[in-house]
Amino acid sequence: MQLINRAMAGTLESSDAQISIAPGKDGIVLHIQSTVQNQYGRAIKQSVLDTLSKLGIENAEVDVNDRGALECTLRARVECAAYRSAGIEAGIPWEEM
Amino acid sequence: MINKVGRDIPDELIGRHGVYMGAGYRDGETYTKCGVRARICEKPQGSKLVGSIREAIEKCGMKDGMTVSFHHHFRDGDYVASMVMKEIKAMGIKDVTIAASSLGTAHDAIADMIEEGIVTGIQTSGIRGRLGEVVSAGKLKTPAVIRSHGGRVRAIEEGDVHIDVAFIGAPTADEFGNARAVGGKSDCGVLSYAMADAKYADHVVIITDTLVPSPNLPASIQGIDVDYVVCVDAIGDPAKIAAKAARMTNDVRELTMAARCADVMAATPYFADGFTFQTGAGGPSLAVNRYLEPKMKAKNITMRWALGGISAPTVTLLESGLVNAIIDTQDFDQVAVKSAGENARHFEISASQYANPANKGAFVNQLDFVILAALEVDTDFNVNVLTGSDGVLRGAPGGHPDAAAGAKCCIIVTPLMRGRMATICEHVVTVTTPGECVDVVVTDHGIAVNPSRPDIAAWLDAAGIEHTTIEKLKELAYSIVGTPEPLEWEDKVVAVLEARDGSILDVVRQIKPYRFE
Repeated sequence: MQLINRAMAGTLESSDAQISIAPGKDGIVLHIQSTVQNQYGRAIKQSVLDTLSKLGIENAEVDVNDRGALECTLRARVECAAYRSAGIEAGIPWEEM
Repeated sequence: MINKVGRDIPDELIGRHGVYMGAGYRDGETYTKCGVRARICEKPQGSKLVGSIREAIEKCGMKDGMTVSFHHHFRDGDYVASMVMKEIKAMGIKDVTIAASSLGTAHDAIADMIEEGIVTGIQTSGIRGRLGEVVSAGKLKTPAVIRSHGGRVRAIEEGDVHIDVAFIGAPTADEFGNARAVGGKSDCGVLSYAMADAKYADHVVIITDTLVPSPNLPASIQGIDVDYVVCVDAIGDPAKIAAKAARMTNDVRELTMAARCADVMAATPYFADGFTFQTGAGGPSLAVNRYLEPKMKAKNITMRWALGGISAPTVTLLESGLVNAIIDTQDFDQVAVKSAGENARHFEISASQYANPANKGAFVNQLDFVILAALEVDTDFNVNVLTGSDGVLRGAPGGHPDAAAGAKCCIIVTPLMRGRMATICEHVVTVTTPGECVDVVVTDHGIAVNPSRPDIAAWLDAAGIEHTTIEKLKELAYSIVGTPEPLEWEDKVVAVLEARDGSILDVVRQIKPYRFE
């Protein structure tokens, strides 16, 4: 997937996560801030990297501001931000996600 | 040394009461209460009023290294502790230990004094806000000592804590120090937590904003125990001392849990005419009152008394005749404050009468039921109400361990998860109430009965109330939120948590900075 613009998805409500994603040059540059960091920080990192990898994104700047989102929410927010960044609004392969 | 709840207590911290050996371990032991330093006043005497807090501090002979005490009846609206500590700081007194019944968000100024090295010891039940963060960051010179409300009185009476000067905020006082919690501008209903301080401190200073003519009787704090009286502009912010009325939750999840709690209560033989009851101030705990009323009416029974922290729903039950008496140690809203002042069946008691394990029988020992909240409950039924999932101090044991130990049936009510935090977990961060004192856990995803109470399990079965195991609840929670990583700690102990009997139940260490690798 080719990222074009800086894009966001999600909110700062409890149990949600806000993701900001922008095109990058040097691999994945990831910043994570989370209210449940001490217990789920590494799990959050893994979920975000997995999701990016599935979408074929190798270079990006990603900011995660997590407010205790479940893993499914986190993945959905990352996917949404990525598709917005790539300017893809139709033809999303829901079955594969 | 590993204690009864499986916590490893560093040897150098173990004091005269050892490590926790189990609930009731010291039962029947005798001891001699700590002697009290008194002062003879046999000559004719005028007013005890002094011009300022500074003058009172000077007259008490306050020096470096002394211990001062405060109560928490003004809750988040308290001005007294910060006002006194600012004066102590201005006078250049250092190395001060604060022994408060609780500390909270009103006490950010004390957090600064810890960072400046002026306050070097904290003994309290509650620790929240900036204060919790500063202590958790290892900035207090000595580990904070956290006790339950009952455990605090025990510690004072056994001499574990010696209070040099007690500063007691009082809604009204006469110029001889007779102090009450009703009337005045900053009414808080009762002064239960300050009573032991008045009896055991070397010096007692009453701080009020409403001087009344003598005699201010019946007095919660008696003039015979008071050295000086100071009148200031305001001892607290009335709006923060007591909200208008405790809000009854509209949250369906909380109401469902409350209804299930009432079902569990009604399924036990303790739910009979003359039963006794305590409930916490949290949403679901408080809402249990609403579901008790129809069950009591249907069975044509009344409650002998309701105990502990009081708010509007309990007062409503008293006024409707469903509760015979309220036995009060703290008022959470203005409805409770008003009732404490006006209703002859609403009684103020001391913290010792409420929960002290080291007297000849506190009211908690006569409880049939207590309904309590939790930050976390583990598969051994241990409860944490002190530390957050990030390991930072942000809570208070309060009367939780006392009521849980005393009641015949202790019910913990908590959602299975809060956001991504599993409330029902493998190991709580800090054990504040031992699992052996907890009988039933009610969540929004099911009820678990402690295997040590097969009798309760059988009563629930007979009533057709479904229940599961605590392990199954934990697995369900983890299947949704994922298995949490264990917290990573430094070696440094920032707080020691005492059990009610003075033994060490757990310690809180400094949390390590988190690394994603």
